[in-house]
Amino acid sequence: MSILMKLIRTLQNIGHRFVDRIWRLGAGGRLFWLTLASSGESLKRPWLVIREVYFTGVLSLIIILVSAFFVGMVLGLQGYNTLQRYGSSEAIGVLVALALVRELGPVVTALLFAGRAGTAITAEIGLMKATEQLSAMEMMAVSPVSRVIAPRFWAGVISMPILATLFSMVGILGGYMVAVPLIGVDAGAFWSQMQANVDWRDDIVNGLIKSVVFGVACTIIALFEGYDAPPTAEGVSRATTRTVVTSSLAVLGLDFVLTSFMITV
Amino acid sequence: MERTTIDLWVGIFVALGVAALLGLAMKVGNLTTSDIGETYTVTANFENIGGLKPRAPVKSAGVVVGRVSSIKFDSSLFEAVVSLSIDKRYQFPNDTFANIYTAGLLGEQYIALEPGGDEVNLKNGDKIAQTQDAVVLEKMISQFLYNKAAETKEVTPAPSTEKEDDALGSNPLDKLTAPAK
Repeated sequence: MSILMKLIRTLQNIGHRFVDRIWRLGAGGRLFWLTLASSGESLKRPWLVIREVYFTGVLSLIIILVSAFFVGMVLGLQGYNTLQRYGSSEAIGVLVALALVRELGPVVTALLFAGRAGTAITAEIGLMKATEQLSAMEMMAVSPVSRVIAPRFWAGVISMPILATLFSMVGILGGYMVAVPLIGVDAGAFWSQMQANVDWRDDIVNGLIKSVVFGVACTIIALFEGYDAPPTAEGVSRATTRTVVTSSLAVLGLDFVLTSFMITV
Repeated sequence: MERTTIDLWVGIFVALGVAALLGLAMKVGNLTTSDIGETYTVTANFENIGGLKPRAPVKSAGVVVGRVSSIKFDSSLFEAVVSLSIDKRYQFPNDTFANIYTAGLLGEQYIALEPGGDEVNLKNGDKIAQTQDAVVLEKMISQFLYNKAAETKEVTPAPSTEKEDDALGSNPLDKLTAPAK
């Protein structure tokens, strides 16, 4: 009898979790829709968005640029190590550029963005809720979605492609620094092979599309977790953790889906 | 923080982003090299296009003069119909020869145009009559092996024929050139 009860308890647990996940997905979707619907008001006052671009975009620059430089340098070293065995070390420029523009630029930027800016957004909104600032706004007939959520959403969507582009460019410069002055690959071959094999539409624009999608996903997840957090210290801390986990998984999953659509045989 | 300072930083941020995108487009990508202006389209039929893909380059004397715009299959002729978009600046005579070549041993395939001597030039919608198919490596290897096998069959019975026919002399080349009588 007790075994049966245990089984029922376990099944109930699984069911509860499943329903909870679905509920959260639906609530997130509703928040996304509400944000889009009420963003006209916040875009009328661009100062709100600009201020958030400063906090999410400009303050993320340091971590993005430094990691991009190191990622590019490591790609250069590793790529050279393998390519020189086949006597084609000039192809290192193509390797670094394609890896960064197609995949690493958008994905690593999104992961860093989730850790640097996403957590800040979640914690800020969670604390606003805990200290009842959002309720106070509602009391004053100011919609917190259009005043707090929408500007942050648009700031994230604007910042992500800019950060990803900078990541790719600085990463390529890092690869150049390793390949040309350090190892001694010919600079002309480095750039010309890169230009011959990197396509504007198929590589650069597709990378940009990816980063815009990641920007939407990361920002809305951070906003929803903050907006949904239980108004306690523990609740906010848990919401912050969930932001990083969920955004990272969403970015990696979306990356696969987008890539499979973009690569046509 | 001062509003003007934030404005300044965001302005720098956006300008950096635009500069990086321009850098990617110009320095890393092929936006500057790939733009072909006005084009005209001609078609060419091939029995086998090998690994030719849409957007593959069309070259003449090694210079890129256009791109492959589409590849279709003609089910009445059982041939591949390849449409080529060629830059308006470059005109080719009517009897131009279209070949499918491979760049390097394992590189991508492209179409090479070898101009003929006709006075009339190709126009939009024209068809290139003379084409040469892509080289299929397996076919070539099997042909080579077949030839080799045929050669050895011819050479091995040669000593026996030599004994019978002394008039051939001692020139070893004669063994190969003389037909088996």
